[in-house]
Amino acid sequence: MTSVSMPRSSVVRIFGHGAWAIALLALAVLAGVAIGETSISLPVIVQVLANKLWAAGFPLDPIDEGIVWNYRLTRAIVAATCGAGLAVSGVVLQSLLRNPLADPYLLGISAGASTGAVLVAIIGIGAGTISLSTGAFAGAIAAFALVALLARSSRGQTAAGQIILAGIAGSQLFNALTSFLITKSANAEQARGIMFWLLGNLSGVRWSSVALSVPVVVLGLLVCLWHRRALDAFTFGSDSAASLGIPVRRVQAVLILTAALMTAVMVSIVGSIGFVGLVIPHAVRLMAGVRHARLLPLSALIGALFMIAADVLSRTLIKGQVLPIGVITALVGAPVFAMILVRGNRPR
Amino acid sequence: MSTRQEVPGAMLEGSDLSYSVKGATLLSGVSLAIQPGENLGVVGPNGSGKSTLLKLLAGIQRPSQGEVRLGGKRLSALSRRDIARQVAVVEQHAQTGDSISLLQAVELGRTPWLSALAPWGDEDDRIVAQAIADVSLQHLAHRAWHTLSGGEQQRGHIARALAQRPQVLLLDEPTNHLDIQQQLSILRLVQDLPVTTVVALHDLNQALGCDRLAVMDGGRLVALGSPFDVLSPALLDEVFGVRGHWLVDPFDGARVLRLRAPESQASA
Repeated sequence: MTSVSMPRSSVVRIFGHGAWAIALLALAVLAGVAIGETSISLPVIVQVLANKLWAAGFPLDPIDEGIVWNYRLTRAIVAATCGAGLAVSGVVLQSLLRNPLADPYLLGISAGASTGAVLVAIIGIGAGTISLSTGAFAGAIAAFALVALLARSSRGQTAAGQIILAGIAGSQLFNALTSFLITKSANAEQARGIMFWLLGNLSGVRWSSVALSVPVVVLGLLVCLWHRRALDAFTFGSDSAASLGIPVRRVQAVLILTAALMTAVMVSIVGSIGFVGLVIPHAVRLMAGVRHARLLPLSALIGALFMIAADVLSRTLIKGQVLPIGVITALVGAPVFAMILVRGNRPR
Repeated sequence: MSTRQEVPGAMLEGSDLSYSVKGATLLSGVSLAIQPGENLGVVGPNGSGKSTLLKLLAGIQRPSQGEVRLGGKRLSALSRRDIARQVAVVEQHAQTGDSISLLQAVELGRTPWLSALAPWGDEDDRIVAQAIADVSLQHLAHRAWHTLSGGEQQRGHIARALAQRPQVLLLDEPTNHLDIQQQLSILRLVQDLPVTTVVALHDLNQALGCDRLAVMDGGRLVALGSPFDVLSPALLDEVFGVRGHWLVDPFDGARVLRLRAPESQASA
């Protein structure tokens, strides 16, 4: 019997896969750094890294060095973490809520983040002491808290149904607030700026963003992986999970909170990039099956690669103009997903 | 009214169980003890509390009042994992949108036995293969779940439950939505399993194969005993609202229930 289903917990194999994944990620990041309006050759990139990491002392053009180290590298790393975080959040929410349309923004997080960002950028709350990111993070957490409270106190049939309905109500409320604030107070320039931010924007990314997003995504992925069997047990719904020995309420609370925090951090750094959290999990399921021991790490990897590629495209597609990355993820991702659906959706 | 005497040697025991949700009482004052090895049938009209009773016995819902004991220990004092190692549940028509194989579905049954320190091993493979063999689905092990027929899926659920290696198996109307051949073969399978089973059933003639029957009506347990004692014409009229009497099948001498709708609606 050649069982491809539950992978044997062989330490060697796990580390082997991990090494491959990290090598692939490093290559993608290097490509993301090399490709751009001014393309930078691989030797130069390696020399910059050597200079910065080991003080190797290669003589280099300080402009090239600045572009590589301060702009492109941070950008590529944050794009990778963001793609991974959104994809993992999507997997977790789709599995827990048993709903294929669930995505990380279902919990009101992007709507709340946009309200927070608008309050800071347009209304001027904090009088310049609060950054856009902080405002967005506060808004995201406020919206999630409201949705969680609403879900807890509503009297729906199932926990999943309660969360989905509460999420829709919360999202609508905060989106309406955002629209209200923009129409009431913003001039055309500000409205345009906010729209760009909402569609995803990696240009403001610096090393401080890397220091925040990398640990959040790594920790989030580990928490989800720790619960991989619990997530598997939800295959036939939450009652079935309970009868398989899963403390359903506790697992739901821990995992939804993890997904929400990961998403809130990502949104506050780069805005609400759509599509990745919804579609990458489905694509990976079609390729690698539904077992979370494989689904979670693979989704993180594919999400990261996809986002680095989308960022490169967004910078190079139109000369002299950076497109919002959310536009690229949707434009590229939607047809690819349609193709996967048509060709891959047959029993394995 | 609340009889709290413990039944010695009972496998699974509910005493004075009540359950209400949003002000509606779904179950009230149900006490019963399931003996090791027996096959207990639970019958009653729609909405009589069969499913609720099974959920309380499985610990999926907590009773509003009363308590369930498993091997003498209070269910509320056991972890979900400990319960799942002893009690398995086959739900009514549980479905999934995931594309998994039958084998993967059955493997889920090992969940309560696995942990970081006890990863999947050869023993788990063996137990899963045995469970699939027990329900005679070896030839379909690698088939996609959604391509299986209703009867095959129900057998898959039973195999998943068996892979938990439970001492008690609770089944909620396992023959619902199945054709008659599948119904009979699933029932035969359940009754021949070497574990204690509690099975909610609709068809009273099918329930005759159980060791004992619990009859539910309006959230209460109204009768408990051997099928032929319990299903009297008076009880059938009162609980199910049907006329019934016993016939003897000349083919093999078995007693069967003949059921008819009451002639006049005013048979109060």
